[in-house]
Amino acid sequence: MITDLAASELSKRLRARDFSAREVTQAYLDRIRSFDEQLGCFLTVCEEKALEDADRAQNLLNSGEAKPLTGIPIALKDNLSTEGVRTTCASKILDNYVPPFDATVVERLKSAGLVILGKTNLDEFAMGTSTENSAFQLTKNPWDLSRSPGGSSGGSAAAVAARFSPLALGSDTGGSIRQPASLCGVTGFKPTYGRCSRYGLVAFGSSLDQIGPIANSVEDVTLLSEVITGHDSRDSTCLPTPPISAGAVRAGSFKGARFALPKELFSGNLEPGVLQVVHQSIEHLQKEGAIFSEVSLPSIELGVSTYYIIAPAEASSNLARFDGVRYGPRLEGDGHVGAVAKTRGKLFGHEVKARIMIGTYALSAGYYDAYYLKAQQVRGLMIQEFERVFTEYDAVLSPTSPCVAFPLGELSQDPLALKLLDYCTIPANMGGFPSISLNCGFSGGLPVGLQLVGPVMGDEKLLGMAYAIEQALPEARSKSPTLEA
Amino acid sequence: MAISLDEVEHVAKLARLELDENELFTFQSELNALLGTFQDIDLANVAGIDPRPHAVELQNAWAQDVASYCLTRGAALRNAPLTKGGLFVVPTIIED
Repeated sequence: MITDLAASELSKRLRARDFSAREVTQAYLDRIRSFDEQLGCFLTVCEEKALEDADRAQNLLNSGEAKPLTGIPIALKDNLSTEGVRTTCASKILDNYVPPFDATVVERLKSAGLVILGKTNLDEFAMGTSTENSAFQLTKNPWDLSRSPGGSSGGSAAAVAARFSPLALGSDTGGSIRQPASLCGVTGFKPTYGRCSRYGLVAFGSSLDQIGPIANSVEDVTLLSEVITGHDSRDSTCLPTPPISAGAVRAGSFKGARFALPKELFSGNLEPGVLQVVHQSIEHLQKEGAIFSEVSLPSIELGVSTYYIIAPAEASSNLARFDGVRYGPRLEGDGHVGAVAKTRGKLFGHEVKARIMIGTYALSAGYYDAYYLKAQQVRGLMIQEFERVFTEYDAVLSPTSPCVAFPLGELSQDPLALKLLDYCTIPANMGGFPSISLNCGFSGGLPVGLQLVGPVMGDEKLLGMAYAIEQALPEARSKSPTLEA
Repeated sequence: MAISLDEVEHVAKLARLELDENELFTFQSELNALLGTFQDIDLANVAGIDPRPHAVELQNAWAQDVASYCLTRGAALRNAPLTKGGLFVVPTIIED
């Protein structure tokens, strides 16, 4: 079946004329139509536009001008600006917003001939770890419909796991690509901060946000990374470096590679089932020639507190732009300030307001030094500790998430418990390090993710090691979720 | 140090968020719980460590001073809730 194929395989079959780009797109659209009512992955499906894009892609394939992913469908997290296609950030404050421009990554997808299927659900403004903070709908985990897909890129991760799309883009501020990828049994990659332009990504925490790919294999994630990365003058934090090279990745190996296992990421509140599966993978890789050593990175234990000061501080500033003047609805209030406060008070959801409040408090007079400045120093400490480890090791390896997919509603009344789900993923955002999550097995029938973190600009080497690890753990890719009409 | 209800109200005002009474109580409790857990960073020894506002060392990015593509007026105004004569309409800020 077309929808069972990886993007790399679809690419070969499109070139072999086994099927047309329109047939591929139609197969995914049909599957979305049949099953997404159960899962709630998409906020918008662009059926007509997608078929037009597919026909354009077919022309490129016919004329020999196709690029590696021409004609391959993709789903986009709904915080990426798409010209002429509603972009909501899963918020009532952007309910009817139709961007007048494309994000740089979207421009690059279009010029590489990919076919945009639609926009996927997320926690409002990417703030959350379960996708339950969406103002519009719940998204369910394809492995167990009573469970969360994780978040905030839960719609994208669930869509890839459910074979609604072979590829998707998410954004990762504290783990929002890798944690849902882990819970949905797919592969999610956060490139080095600055390798991928943030232009057109609706900003949450600007010093932490990074766009990245989600797919069913490291190879597909790499092919998509090659398209979306590279310098962009419209994002002043985008590094002047070339795109990620897929060729370098395929030559990757983990034999003789040195992996640091931070004891802080193998203790505490991690589920025993998750630890067991990750330990089994480590033993297997060790037999195949990887070298593992326990290390200590004490600042990891301060990561959640540090993140929940820095990210809300940046968010409180970034979200000031939603004032009911340039976009979104406007509610009437007492004068200009009253109208702005009423619009924001009524249209932002609870979690978004909570984070704006934390951030405003942490930045306010009298508290700045105690919270924001101190958090930035802890961030400096964390970066120092990781950089020291990277002088001796090729990567830091750990579980991606402390737990497997959890029942919907179970943690939504406990904001602190939800925040602890970022425990393993936050350090990579703090240091801008590239990081990938790939499935390494199952606990109780639910996927378990393995996380690798590498040094800044070590993206190709990290992907190469992940590629080889994926080949060495074939059982991790032996199952896929079953959906019934 | 616990946050009082007055402080919650003050922060909401700074953040331009109109909150009802129930929300003020809820946020007071949530903020106190969260800030309580943040106390762990107070104990961190960060003497001599420079604050890091960014993950990766950044350099100033210069652009050529030349005109390039920008949104048309119509495109920029298209999503606004209220416009007049090619401009955004905002509630009165300065009274007569």
